[in-house]
Amino acid sequence: MKSLDELKAIRERAQQALKMRESGDGVVVQVAMGTCGIAAGARGVMMALLDELVLRKRSDVFVTQTGCAGLCEKEPIVTVKVPGKSDVVYGGVTDQKARDIVGSHIINGQIVSDYVLNIKEA
Amino acid sequence: MTLHRSHVLVCSGSNCALHSSSFVKDRLTLEISQAGLGDEIRVLETGCFGLCAQGPIMVVYPEGIHYCKVGLEDIGEIVQEHLLKGRIVNRLLFKGTSDKNWMTKDDFDFYRKQERVVLRNAGVIDPENIEESLVRGGYAAFGKALSEMTPSQVIQEITDSGLQGRGGAGFPTGRKWQFTQEAAGDKKYVVCNADEGEPGTSKDRLILEGDPHTIIEGMLIAGYAIGATQGFVYIRGEYLLSIERLQKAINQAREFGLLGKGILGSDFEFDLEIRSGAGAYVCGEETALLNSIEGKRGEPRFKPPYPAVRGLWQKPTLINNVETLANIGPIIQNGSDWFRQIGTPECPGTKVFTLSGNICNSGLIEVPMGMTLREIIYDIGGGIPDGHQFKMAQTGGTSGGCISADLLDVPMDIPSLAKAGTALGSGALLVVDDRHCVVDLAKTFLRFFAHESCGQCTPCREGTTVLLRLMNKLASGKGDAQDITNLQRLSTTMQQASLCGLGQTAPLPILSALTFFADEFHAHLEGQGCPAGVCG
Repeated sequence: MKSLDELKAIRERAQQALKMRESGDGVVVQVAMGTCGIAAGARGVMMALLDELVLRKRSDVFVTQTGCAGLCEKEPIVTVKVPGKSDVVYGGVTDQKARDIVGSHIINGQIVSDYVLNIKEA
Repeated sequence: MTLHRSHVLVCSGSNCALHSSSFVKDRLTLEISQAGLGDEIRVLETGCFGLCAQGPIMVVYPEGIHYCKVGLEDIGEIVQEHLLKGRIVNRLLFKGTSDKNWMTKDDFDFYRKQERVVLRNAGVIDPENIEESLVRGGYAAFGKALSEMTPSQVIQEITDSGLQGRGGAGFPTGRKWQFTQEAAGDKKYVVCNADEGEPGTSKDRLILEGDPHTIIEGMLIAGYAIGATQGFVYIRGEYLLSIERLQKAINQAREFGLLGKGILGSDFEFDLEIRSGAGAYVCGEETALLNSIEGKRGEPRFKPPYPAVRGLWQKPTLINNVETLANIGPIIQNGSDWFRQIGTPECPGTKVFTLSGNICNSGLIEVPMGMTLREIIYDIGGGIPDGHQFKMAQTGGTSGGCISADLLDVPMDIPSLAKAGTALGSGALLVVDDRHCVVDLAKTFLRFFAHESCGQCTPCREGTTVLLRLMNKLASGKGDAQDITNLQRLSTTMQQASLCGLGQTAPLPILSALTFFADEFHAHLEGQGCPAGVCG
């Protein structure tokens, strides 16, 4: 037996899982997943990003993949796209760096300048 | 909570199921787990996206990429290229009318003119998961009705919305509710008519498959409003997936305390049961349906008394169509003023249509009432394939009228179509191109009615048989002018004297075809043969 308040609680809890299917303008984090990226550990980076986002309850951030951009020696490459702001490209990302990017760039809005390869003006 | 980086939605609606979508889903799940992506990607079945001609359809989120006609042999490429490396598989994208590939929903002309109220969750949620329904606002309207509104306020809101029944007759829903509320009876029932028998119609099936909880919610609100404690959903026996999904949804709703006694901590009590039909077209007629639920032979009753006064087991009974009930939640949640902004002033809201026949994008659509037939066929439906010309459309299913190209600009709503001599009916839209013969089609419609007449009343039992005999004679080129006169006279008799809607509407396709295609009928009897070269 549930009350109206309990239904509301379930609704809010389950909301995170469905965010992805709404066409919104959320933050997109792109992980380069060409052969070069995968060889350099992009999959571990992606899993670290996803895990950190779950820990911080940020289901409105979408993690997607993209192909090789030609800068294979700088892989794994991660691009953070915040709507209305410049795209920030990070290179040589490790699992730990991925977690830093989520914490400071996505959550707090501070670009982690040590890892930045390029900033594409919006 | 686990967060997946991607959701892959595979359509499991009946039309995609015909294209083996369940095998596609199983293969996809297998290959995703073999690629080691099982933890990051969630595969789920969902309801109809509407573009049934392009099935099986698969949508990959967060990008929202629509893949069409996905076969087992394509799965490997989707997993290795898209899901692993993020590269879209271009060859599986839908080729629109323009040169550009259509990737996401926003690119599709097919979706752009649609307005999804009834189908808001079909193709978006997992219909077997009540939590996904809750996230999309499921049962919020019922909660609002139960905690903030009196039964009379609920009925007033439905009346103010101007909602008319979507099963075919178009009776004002609010008034039906009011009659049932006011009727005296110690017990009352709510019945959902899901015995969708009209050839070419599958909207109720796809609504039930895509979003069963919205029907339960509509019936709960109806039960609260009219004072019923028991509901029945009468579903066609062939609709196996609808029955399975709805039963799962009912079980989940019971677990959540949304059905049963003391719902949501109140003293409101309501429960639902499914009854399945056995394939008789006449059981979609509401009183025949009631007889069938009672375990009797599925034959219509005399009216009056109407079911609102004496229905199931002689108790006041509210009968609404699936699509009508799917509108209830949104109206209560957003208010009648919101609903009246959609559609036309005389006929507010949306209508779900099943597009079939000679049309490029056959499938399931939902548009505001009053959109013209031309917009539906050419803008949404993508026009007539293979360079052929539009000849006629039959609106409202087999019992609806046939209209010619002169009426392409008729607004598709209940009063406008009635004025044009046809009916909006259940929302089937059969498009016919210039390769087909109207006389041959009329013959086919009559064969259906002669087969489905229940035989209880004479005008329908004898009338459908005689009409078919006359049409056979005309089609074979042996008819004369007297046969056409007889056809018309008999049709009028059936319309006036038949007991139920079956016999009353069976002549409509013939009469409308005679009005719009008189030349073609006459050609058949003047010994010129069939102009379309169909009748032998």
